[in-house]
Amino acid sequence: MSETVKKFLYVNRKAPYGTIYAQESLEVVLIGAAFDQDVSMAFLDDGVFQLTKGQDTKDAGLKNFSPTFRALGDYEVTKLYVEQESLDERGLTLDDLQDIQYEDEDDDYAEKSSIIVVSRSGMADVMADQDVVLSF
Amino acid sequence: MKFGIVVSEGPYTHQASDSAYNFIKAALAKGHEVARVFFYHDGVNVGTRLSIPPQDDRHIQKQWTALAKDHNLDLVICIAAAQRRGLLDQNEADRQGKDANNIAEGFRISGLGQLIEMGIQCDRTITFGD
Repeated sequence: MSETVKKFLYVNRKAPYGTIYAQESLEVVLIGAAFDQDVSMAFLDDGVFQLTKGQDTKDAGLKNFSPTFRALGDYEVTKLYVEQESLDERGLTLDDLQDIQYEDEDDDYAEKSSIIVVSRSGMADVMADQDVVLSF
Repeated sequence: MKFGIVVSEGPYTHQASDSAYNFIKAALAKGHEVARVFFYHDGVNVGTRLSIPPQDDRHIQKQWTALAKDHNLDLVICIAAAQRRGLLDQNEADRQGKDANNIAEGFRISGLGQLIEMGIQCDRTITFGD
């Protein structure tokens, strides 16, 4: 759609339910995928809860949108940066997160993890490297 | 410099739309360009023409409508966020079988693609939110 390729980072800092930010962030990411930009997502603070597995929203009467994260690879959104300190502060480990993978077309379509755990200072470097940062 | 502006919190509840308004006025006064303002999340509620704030307070929607008119600003309300929150133009009202529209003059309803396009085309994208 556009010849310009910019580095877009979608920053997710809020828990998946309770407010609409996480859900409407994901809607932007899915629409944005059509623009063939260099897309990354960042998960920090309570945003790390968005990626947890076993989410069950039935009793809360809310839509469970967490399966959508596993489809991101099909939209060529394959860089999901997760902040280590945010996991630690909430008693979470990588095992608590969904297994989100993509097929690497440059490596015979090998399945690889989209999740990249980075330190807080590493996350700052990721952010500094972007052209457009949209925060949710 | 060419700015793109995102407003992602609702009027009166949050200062985001006021700060965005003030930023844009200052930026324009300095000779910068504001290519688009994109209203998302509860920010879409800035664009309802049915808002009636107390007379001794600012009228946020009218401020934006006047600013858009004076500077030919492109004020875009996200359609997906707007539909959830009951904000419609006449086209959408007809399409959805609703009996009224409530969008204010100077605003238009369009898709999230307008946000991405803004990010691509502008030198800086600035979000006013929480």
